[in-house]
Amino acid sequence: MTKKITLKINGAEHTMEVEPRMLLIHAIRENASLTGSHIGCDTSSCGACTVLIDGKSAKSCTILAVQAQGKEIATVEGLATAEGLHPIQEGFHLNHALHCGFCTPGLMMRAVELLEKNPNPTEDEIRWGISGNLCRCTGYNNIVSAIQWTSAKMQGKELPSTEPKFV
Amino acid sequence: MIAENFNYDAPTSLDEAIALLHEYGDDAKILAGGHSLIPMMKLRFASPTHLIDINNIPGLSYVKEEDGYLKIGAMTKEVEVEESEIIHAKYQIFMDATKLIADPQVRNFGTLGGNLAHGDAANDHPAVMIALGADVEITGKDGKRTVGIDDFFQGFYTTAVEHGEVLTEIRIPAASGNYGSAYHKAERKVGDYATAGVAAMIQMDDQGRCTKAGIGLTNVSPLPLRASRSEEVLIGSDLSEAVIAQAAQYASEDCSPSEDLRGNVEYKRHLVSVITKRMINKAISRAKK
Repeated sequence: MTKKITLKINGAEHTMEVEPRMLLIHAIRENASLTGSHIGCDTSSCGACTVLIDGKSAKSCTILAVQAQGKEIATVEGLATAEGLHPIQEGFHLNHALHCGFCTPGLMMRAVELLEKNPNPTEDEIRWGISGNLCRCTGYNNIVSAIQWTSAKMQGKELPSTEPKFV
Repeated sequence: MIAENFNYDAPTSLDEAIALLHEYGDDAKILAGGHSLIPMMKLRFASPTHLIDINNIPGLSYVKEEDGYLKIGAMTKEVEVEESEIIHAKYQIFMDATKLIADPQVRNFGTLGGNLAHGDAANDHPAVMIALGADVEITGKDGKRTVGIDDFFQGFYTTAVEHGEVLTEIRIPAASGNYGSAYHKAERKVGDYATAGVAAMIQMDDQGRCTKAGIGLTNVSPLPLRASRSEEVLIGSDLSEAVIAQAAQYASEDCSPSEDLRGNVEYKRHLVSVITKRMINKAISRAKK
């Protein structure tokens, strides 16, 4: 038995007929054709499928599409605007916070919620805050730098150096 | 991975949810946060034919002190506990535990009621609730009933929640006087189940004598375990180093861990002893503040 649902993704409504067992990540990628959010582990471990549901970061491989009926969903495609990149995208870019880029959409969406709740996190709070997102190119140091840079940028503070750090 | 197909209902009242449970029979499951159930369904360890999503039922999510209890609504999300002022001020054990449960995204959806109703001895809240002496409120067709935490866990993934019933509230005797609590689990990596975990609650009189104690253990026995002998040696004592060492020793003797990828039996018993000692001391130092 299928259900008709309407998902509001990045402000646009997508109406679709889905089986209740369809996962939100599949509805986003296959029905709404927004393939920026990735499927990594498919077991809610890696965080590559992280999107925001009503502002809360969520692993969309562990949520049913029918559960998101009527909710506001934000994916990486919605970050940039006509004016340019979102500060978190700028932060990841300038701080070399990606290598293969597979984890990047999920990490950025997670970082958006983290900075929304805690605009000025400590390094420890950032590391705990992204503990549900795995990067296998071992880029965590630069990812932490990117989030620190974005935090400064969003608060209008002096920007930290984006020179590569060798640690 | 895709679950077997099922029918989905999202009722907006508890009565409606309970009526649906009765209508669909044994193959219906309640969907709370879904972060234990959906993975099990994707792996096809569970294949309910009906899912009853209770996320749209208002009034099941709160953290408040009332009538001498800390009351937590079953659908309260881990993140809401983590951010609750009353938890920060008086029930730090939840700050310890929630930080170690899964990861931030999962805590945005996982619920306290679901964590208990799943009936898994590897989950963290069962030991916390044992240490704090919680009662669980269960609602069915004929109204509400209350079950003490020691009678709640009945077997592997089996709890006192009968078919046709919903876990609705968790009640914890309110913190009073010199009260402290703490939790820690050893985990291999973020999001893993505990290699071993210990929850401790200590209440003392003004002379430093222990008047109340609770010790719960995570993932070192088939059911969440109360370390009764440890509690007995603590209660009425002066909480000296020797008494705490004895309580830790009893906890490590009374659990029954099984060997797995996380470690062998001897290692897990050793962890129980070390963490028990540390958590009792942490609870005492919090009780003194």
